Amino acid sequence: MAEEKDVDRFLKGDGLDSDREKEIGQHIGYRYDVNLVPDDRPPTPFLAKYIEFMGWDDLNWLEDVHMGYEEGQPAVFDRNINGWVSVPEGLELPDNQQDRDMIARELLIKFQMSERHPLIQLNKAYRKF
Amino acid sequence: MAELSREQESHRMGMHTEQLAGRSQQIFFAPEEAENFASPDAFDVDFNKRGEFDVTEMTQNQINLKIRELMSQGYGTIVVQNPGAKHSLGVGILNRLQLYFEGSLGYFGCGLIDGPNVRISGRVGWSCAENMLSGTVVIEKNAGSTFGAAIRGGDLVCKGDVGSRTGIDMKGGSIIVGGRTGAFSGFMMQRGRMVILGDAGKNLGDSMYDGTIYVGGKIANLGVDAVEGEITDLDVRWLERKLAIYGLEAPDGARNMTKIVSGKKLWNYDNLEPMEKKMVL
Repeated sequence: MAEEKDVDRFLKGDGLDSDREKEIGQHIGYRYDVNLVPDDRPPTPFLAKYIEFMGWDDLNWLEDVHMGYEEGQPAVFDRNINGWVSVPEGLELPDNQQDRDMIARELLIKFQMSERHPLIQLNKAYRKF
Repeated sequence: MAELSREQESHRMGMHTEQLAGRSQQIFFAPEEAENFASPDAFDVDFNKRGEFDVTEMTQNQINLKIRELMSQGYGTIVVQNPGAKHSLGVGILNRLQLYFEGSLGYFGCGLIDGPNVRISGRVGWSCAENMLSGTVVIEKNAGSTFGAAIRGGDLVCKGDVGSRTGIDMKGGSIIVGGRTGAFSGFMMQRGRMVILGDAGKNLGDSMYDGTIYVGGKIANLGVDAVEGEITDLDVRWLERKLAIYGLEAPDGARNMTKIVSGKKLWNYDNLEPMEKKMVL
């Protein structure tokens, strides 16, 4: 975390840094800094309203949501579907990870709370009580 | 003869690399998505609508169904009186809610919750908030073992002491302990943050894959592959903000806490493994 790395390294490169990664041809670990805690910047207006609506004092579970990079594309991991959701093409990414993470959190909440989220469809199909 | 690399050796044996692809599901965010704050199937509750009920004569199943019934009627603040350390209370709540337990909970209290703010005035037994997804759970007194087992997100706070294996297999979220924790806290931790303001027992962070543990007191000893990390300004600011929310502070200041992270020496990934497994099995 103390080490400053290029914010676009997972978009520009293959993420194979260590000898072990080069040997197996595969990046080890998450394609973002899983331990990065949010800094002092305020949440986006949408997230501020969401936090107030939930009755929380901070980002709560969204502290663990980051902008990741999957198959060369910026994406956010949605734990509810156990998969990556890609960021719309053309979205201009800020030049630092903290701002990118805030965008990722907003996109994820909007997606999870929408009718087109797969969990909503599964819930309709399989809910027992 | 030049020494063969491990990959070349495997190829000669008939095994070929099988690149593990990601888990992209080709789903894309839609820019025109509506701005909803709650899931379409969540109960529409009002924090200003308050319900109270005494559960002395009720079974745990009746209590949980009553909480659900009140939520369906729009109650956003629910007070459960005299829970009497019954097990599995307040579980599976996937809604925003202010939930108060006036007393103590037994085993597996508030497990699998996603959203509510829970306050417990007494103690809790084993596995409180197990698999919690989001929200806050604050316990005023002590907690049993496997506190926050496999927690995924949210804030889980015990202002007193907790037992062993705190945050075992945690995959996110923040566990905050105002007092001491027992042995094997942070065992197989995968991500998230654990803050222990008092002393930590033996084998702290044993076999942790990732995540961060902050300790304000003494550490009996570290587990396998848990190593001390450098505390940064960002850590300090986050700790001070987070602890202030719950009226807590580090005994000698956040700057002087000990930070424990994974040494990552136990990480053994190999993309030959799937093919090897197929051949062996």
